[in-house]
Amino acid sequence: MDLRLMLDRPTEAEREAVDALLGPGDPFNGRVAHGGHDARDQRHLLLPALHAVQDVSGSVSKGALSYICDRLTVPPAEAYGVATFYALFDVGGLGGPSIHVCDDIVCAQYGAEELCAALEAAKTDYVRSPCLGQCDRAPAAMFHQPGVGYGNAAPVTKESVTTPVFDELPNGMVNQDASELTLMRRIGTVDPSSIEAYVESGGFSVLAQAREMGADAVIDELKGSNLRGRGGAAFPIGIKWEGVRNAPGPDKYVIANGDESEPGTFKDRLLMEGDPFAIVEAMALYGFATGATKGYIYVRGEYPTAERRLRAAVGRAREAGYLDESFELEVRRGAGAYICGEETALFASIEGHRGEPRQKPPFPTQSGVFGKPTGINNIETLLAVLDVVAHGGEAFAAIGTSQSTGRKLFCVSGAVAKPGVYEVTFGATLGELLDLAGGVLDGRGMGAVLLGGAAGVFADSSALDVPLTFEDTRTAGTTLGSGSIVFFDDETDFGPVLRRIAQFFRDESCGQCVPCRIGTVRQEEALARLSAGSPLGTVAEEKKRLDDLALVMTDASICGLGQTAASAIQSAMRLGLRGVPA
Amino acid sequence: MFGAGGGTSSYQEIEEADLIVMWGSNAREAHPIFFHHVLKGLHNGARMFAVDPRRTSTAAWADVWLGIDVGSDIALANAMGREIISEGLHNTEFIENATENFDEYAECVDEYTLDRAEKITGVPAFAIQQLAHEYGSAGMAQICWTLGITEHHNATDNVLALINLALLTGHVGRYGSGLVPVRGQNNVQGGGDMGALPNKLPGFQDVENADLRGRFEAVWGAEIPAQAGRHISLMHEAMDEGTLKCLYVLGENPLQSEADAKEMRHRLESLEFMVAQDIFLTATAELANVVFPAAGWGEAEGTFTSSERRVQRVRKAIDPPGEAKDDIEILCELARAMGHEWETSTAEQAWDEMRSLSPLHGGMSYERLEAMGGIRWPCPDESSDGELFLHGRLWDRPMTTQKAPFHAVEYAAPVDELNEEFPTRLTTGRRLDSYNTGVQSGRYSSPRRIPGVLDLSPEDGVELGVSEGDLVRVTSRRGSLEAPVRFDRSLRPGLAFMSVHFPDETDVNQLTIDAWDPKSGTAEFKATAIRVDPIGVGAVPS
Repeated sequence: MDLRLMLDRPTEAEREAVDALLGPGDPFNGRVAHGGHDARDQRHLLLPALHAVQDVSGSVSKGALSYICDRLTVPPAEAYGVATFYALFDVGGLGGPSIHVCDDIVCAQYGAEELCAALEAAKTDYVRSPCLGQCDRAPAAMFHQPGVGYGNAAPVTKESVTTPVFDELPNGMVNQDASELTLMRRIGTVDPSSIEAYVESGGFSVLAQAREMGADAVIDELKGSNLRGRGGAAFPIGIKWEGVRNAPGPDKYVIANGDESEPGTFKDRLLMEGDPFAIVEAMALYGFATGATKGYIYVRGEYPTAERRLRAAVGRAREAGYLDESFELEVRRGAGAYICGEETALFASIEGHRGEPRQKPPFPTQSGVFGKPTGINNIETLLAVLDVVAHGGEAFAAIGTSQSTGRKLFCVSGAVAKPGVYEVTFGATLGELLDLAGGVLDGRGMGAVLLGGAAGVFADSSALDVPLTFEDTRTAGTTLGSGSIVFFDDETDFGPVLRRIAQFFRDESCGQCVPCRIGTVRQEEALARLSAGSPLGTVAEEKKRLDDLALVMTDASICGLGQTAASAIQSAMRLGLRGVPA
Repeated sequence: MFGAGGGTSSYQEIEEADLIVMWGSNAREAHPIFFHHVLKGLHNGARMFAVDPRRTSTAAWADVWLGIDVGSDIALANAMGREIISEGLHNTEFIENATENFDEYAECVDEYTLDRAEKITGVPAFAIQQLAHEYGSAGMAQICWTLGITEHHNATDNVLALINLALLTGHVGRYGSGLVPVRGQNNVQGGGDMGALPNKLPGFQDVENADLRGRFEAVWGAEIPAQAGRHISLMHEAMDEGTLKCLYVLGENPLQSEADAKEMRHRLESLEFMVAQDIFLTATAELANVVFPAAGWGEAEGTFTSSERRVQRVRKAIDPPGEAKDDIEILCELARAMGHEWETSTAEQAWDEMRSLSPLHGGMSYERLEAMGGIRWPCPDESSDGELFLHGRLWDRPMTTQKAPFHAVEYAAPVDELNEEFPTRLTTGRRLDSYNTGVQSGRYSSPRRIPGVLDLSPEDGVELGVSEGDLVRVTSRRGSLEAPVRFDRSLRPGLAFMSVHFPDETDVNQLTIDAWDPKSGTAEFKATAIRVDPIGVGAVPS
């Protein structure tokens, strides 16, 4: 590779961290250097290498970046482009510890602004963060301490937010009785660090059963189950797995998408933290059924506990022989990029690039990560697959409705008495979910509910009777999306909520395609002008502009981010929510 | 090599080789077109080693770079030979049937243990061993070199040391394996092909062979001197002695391109008469008594021969400007002025006469060159399509032709020794956007241009207490100049680099030594002992 390396050198600690990942490097004596094919073959380790130096220094220094570039033969400009793409990498920063405070739409209801004000008053450096996926115990913060790692804290107070903690949080709250649960039956009842406990609870029996049935039978059961993907796109899983299985060539990949970043969504965190072995088992099953020899579990960078537990689970499953050499399974850590939840952006991220989505077709089952056929599924979907194989497709299809089969997790948060993940049979209404969560907080009235996160739609109380199924929400003009349900009480001013959503999309747009890159900025600007009472032209013209932007982004963006970036805002304007310019 | 003046292999074979060794060659910058073929090879899976004092942009592509001390190539090659033999990776069948002097060679390299080579070259023994093992066991391997091998006082020995490796392993004379001295310009090979050498007639035919000479004399109707002429370094000596009084310089700029420029100016100024024929008024031409403005490419018909021995047609697109004339026309007019009634021939007529005398080119009519997109020599007659690679005869069994000899060669340190007064090794070379003394390339601007600077390792910069852009004085045993400093990670402490492109601003050949190789006449541009002294701060933009 043509490299124009910088003169800067890494610190000893940075160098050791990179060498621990990539293997020993050459001495800096100008006598021998290794590069070429071996280095290029490690190109995909760029993100792990950046994590390695960020972990020890708290930032990515020029010297460290230069060393990584030398080791992987990546031009520094390209590596800089990758590193600065991801929010968790502090490129060229001073390093040291950092505090990330969630100020997203749920934590904002629980005093995030007061936390920020307290930090500013204390003259403590901090970073505002989009949703940290701790909405069931808002407000949330994340800490990073070089040499120690990341830690989540939730709920935090004005006092505790200045004191980093790195102990693992207790498992997420499950407010339902374990006997009623299928997908979450092990959460809080089976020790997530113990493979023995997992096996005792029936773990790895489905994998054994699948191996007995054979791959074709597994796929037949999946097709018969009518199981649809839980990540938001609702694609039939049997068809997807069959596509990977039938794809030509020896190199295939399967991926568990644990990059859960949709604001108000935290169910996959609960599953990864609370039932990591089930994900390992499902991935082994995925590899077996599709013929893939390599799997990745891509975990959101803001989920350190989930990542640790999954890594441990993969290691123990391998030691115990549940994973054999026919299937390699690797845990990858994201680095703060909402867009990487989009499957093709996630491929780019695993390959060590900026998380920029690709045009489809070709679809992942034909050309996915590293250009090879790839199956990729959401974490919740993978757990549902285990149930399909365990009980048979027919039995699974009998649960729920004809179009929406099985059980479903919903993340209920915001202005409710008992926020948390709730598991219901498809067909339950939004109102039933609200009842499960104890109703609106403090007995207040419901202002609105945001279904499907920032990329979703607002609904008012008229939606409470709509069953939360794929078909009924589509008919009602709402969405299930990622299963995020954020309630707002009737005192909410939605102006700041919409601006936070607009800011989120502006910040998270990868910048690759024009409609999204420009549109998300213009959308945020228009909302800011409206809320400041200084519209460009009349308010009607400003709203017309927002409508135009919405049309362009929805029609012309490459990926779902741009296509949904106006969705919540448009729905709020249609409903005429409180504080939204009419 | 083995009697033929060209690389053994075609570009296609570079692209399909399993191992490519770039030895003393920064082809990424100095031979970018050739390097595209190397890149195709890498893309096809070839492994690559780079042997170079600097970690050049070529070396940055290598699987392994060996950061050798300037001028220690023979020690490295011989240690490889020893390692290949001791590991049994040598090709005994090939050695027995196709080569001679193996025992002498084996005895010679036996002194070059890996440890000793590490001490001489600075390259860790394990890396030398790795290169030896991979070269010895590769299916198809190419060694490519350029001036890093040949611009030394023992240039020919350097080349022989590399040839020995190919003979040892049978990496020559068969598809995909070979030895490639990459040519510095599009038609350097063609110049040699056409006999622009002191001891060769066109087609690399020995001028001292009376039979060969006689064939030319019969066609040319003139007597050809029976002794080889002087190569450039001997010409310098003859000028110094005053026996060479008249010089006709065609397309060269020796005032600025030769080592020890001060001496060179003195020589050229002492001549009684000098003619310069060039497309530009070079610094040399400014000293000439008569200047013939010549036509450039695109202004004349003819052929070019590339590094893979492929002869290709070039065509005239426009008329030469002003009074400039095609080289053939100038030569014919000159002959007429001297009293010979030469008809001015076309390029094709000259070519046809040449190929009637050069068996290498016999079958290369203009018509065939055009139809086939060029032909690689040897192409003795029109039934031949040329050859992909040379020396296939070495694999004939039984082999009836002359065997290829090993040449035992010993390491000899560069002439310009390092000591306390001159502790730093300066080496010279080219950069991507410039060519040699800048006569051609200095006339256009380039966003990549790095002006005349002294490249140092950042560590040496710290040691000297200088920053990038600071002026320093660079002094060798022969001369001294001022240059701004530029830091370059490709250099290690104690190693400095200057490009040869800016003789008017930073004339590096004021510093270089004209110690030269008695066999090839090439001077040791690559190894100069210098001292660097800081003199000012920030005087020149970086």
